[in-house]
Amino acid sequence: MKILVAVKRVIDPYAKIRVNADQTGIETHNVKLSMNPFDEIALEEALRLKEQGLASEIIVISIGPIQAQETLRQGLALGADRAILIQTDQDLEPLVIAQLLNRISLREAPQLIILGKQAIDNDANQTGQMLAALLNWPQATFASKVTIDQQRVTVEREIDGGLQTLAFDLPGIITTDLRLNTPRFAKLPNIMKAKSKPLEIIASETLGIDLTPRLTTLSIKPPPIRPKGILVHSVDELIDKLRFEAKVI
Amino acid sequence: MKTLLLLAEHDQHGLKPATLNTLTAAKQLSNNITLLLVGPDSERAATQASAYQGVTNVMINNHACYDHGLAENIAALMADLAQPFTYLLAPATTFGKNILPRVSALLTIAMISDVCEIIDDNTFVQPIYAGNALKTVRNLQAKQVLSIRTSAFTAAGELTSTPAPIDVLTQHPQARACTFINQQLTVSTRPELTSARVIIAGGRALQSADNFDTLLAPLATKLNAAIGASRAAVDAGFAPNDQQVGQTGKIVAPELYIAIGISGAIQHLAGMKDSNVIVAINCDPDAAIFHCADYGLVGDLHQIVPELIEKL
Repeated sequence: MKILVAVKRVIDPYAKIRVNADQTGIETHNVKLSMNPFDEIALEEALRLKEQGLASEIIVISIGPIQAQETLRQGLALGADRAILIQTDQDLEPLVIAQLLNRISLREAPQLIILGKQAIDNDANQTGQMLAALLNWPQATFASKVTIDQQRVTVEREIDGGLQTLAFDLPGIITTDLRLNTPRFAKLPNIMKAKSKPLEIIASETLGIDLTPRLTTLSIKPPPIRPKGILVHSVDELIDKLRFEAKVI
Repeated sequence: MKTLLLLAEHDQHGLKPATLNTLTAAKQLSNNITLLLVGPDSERAATQASAYQGVTNVMINNHACYDHGLAENIAALMADLAQPFTYLLAPATTFGKNILPRVSALLTIAMISDVCEIIDDNTFVQPIYAGNALKTVRNLQAKQVLSIRTSAFTAAGELTSTPAPIDVLTQHPQARACTFINQQLTVSTRPELTSARVIIAGGRALQSADNFDTLLAPLATKLNAAIGASRAAVDAGFAPNDQQVGQTGKIVAPELYIAIGISGAIQHLAGMKDSNVIVAINCDPDAAIFHCADYGLVGDLHQIVPELIEKL
């Protein structure tokens, strides 16, 4: 079984997010960039399936600037077999990302595609579902447990009220939630080896997809700051404030 | 006239509160709103839905292939029905997030997730970077697909004396779909986390699942509150994941949020900072949670919480 894993290069989850001065975007100068945490989980799951003998090849794919090669090399160091970069300097919308991934899926014919449920930059939570629609594949989103028996994939997924278990026959799409697994770290020898693994670069405009944004960003602003609160010194004072000042109890 | 199709979330007992929050957003965009309810158990919710002011039509489809909210066939149906509508909406719950992007792709439309403010009929605000920034987006597509952040809109409550007509649909376009195996839903007598007026939330400082039961539960009972938890508490096994409040859990905005033993990691704050009144109880005076709290109390939660229960 061939598995395709989509990974995005995003601002590191532990970096401070600052809106730029002209309120058109987020400051990325001198900010650490990393693989989207949900995508690390997606790759880890693929690696575990390969270690169980259930997968023969893992391809990591990213769509982004030339620097996204670093994210792909990290994926190769973690154990992916080869990498594809669809190179673009544009900030593409999830629909376009899904259309590009669809093109590559048709070429590579993976049986399973695993993606993070969302990227921690735009928080859209759209790409996996959109790709599933374009391929007319079943989708098991927000996965917290995956088991595969022959062609049958069983996925436990996190829903608002608890947990739901679904199954599908390959091919299909899984998007990962946080509790699916704990990703490993790359070992130094593997980081060296990753440099010689194949990494194909495809120009985004050569895939026959209209990359033009359909949405226009008017502004990006920091959220309003909450007025500073007060410290109370006893339970009695707290109850008094909640009862007579805030009037919420 | 701008017409709107809203995918309602419901169960056998009726409409989910998230649907009513989404209806409030819908009413800001259209005065011709159709609610779509699918699944074998949708009749009761449809009757409820038809009574809400602002609902022009209700459509139901009882076919078994829509049971349990599975995305593939519901998305195919919604895409099939989309033609006359300007807006397609769903709540940004796990139900809506699972289905709506699939609808959007079937229609080749760019979707806007988690709309938290409607500025005009084609301009919307959405949180990005875990709520660390707010993005204002203009959408000039002829058809617009929007998921609604339910905590940003009040629940529609006004009823009408002339209920909307209910149409029963019979078509059921088929997609390659998952099969439902089972689900374990948390059964609770407390209010639902995302619609509760009061939330008592615990963090890692609670130290055990037992303390969630013996300290937080009685306090929640006293205030008729839902119980929430930080990701740290969930990861440590003190609370189930469906109680998680934060960027990767539930986004809440109750009247009163009491954070107990929660340090205030950015991803937790993203899930609760729009609460009306925030109380923080923590032994560390430097905890980040105090920066967003209206009332802070520094001290040992093991003493404070029992005292609070006794005096309330």
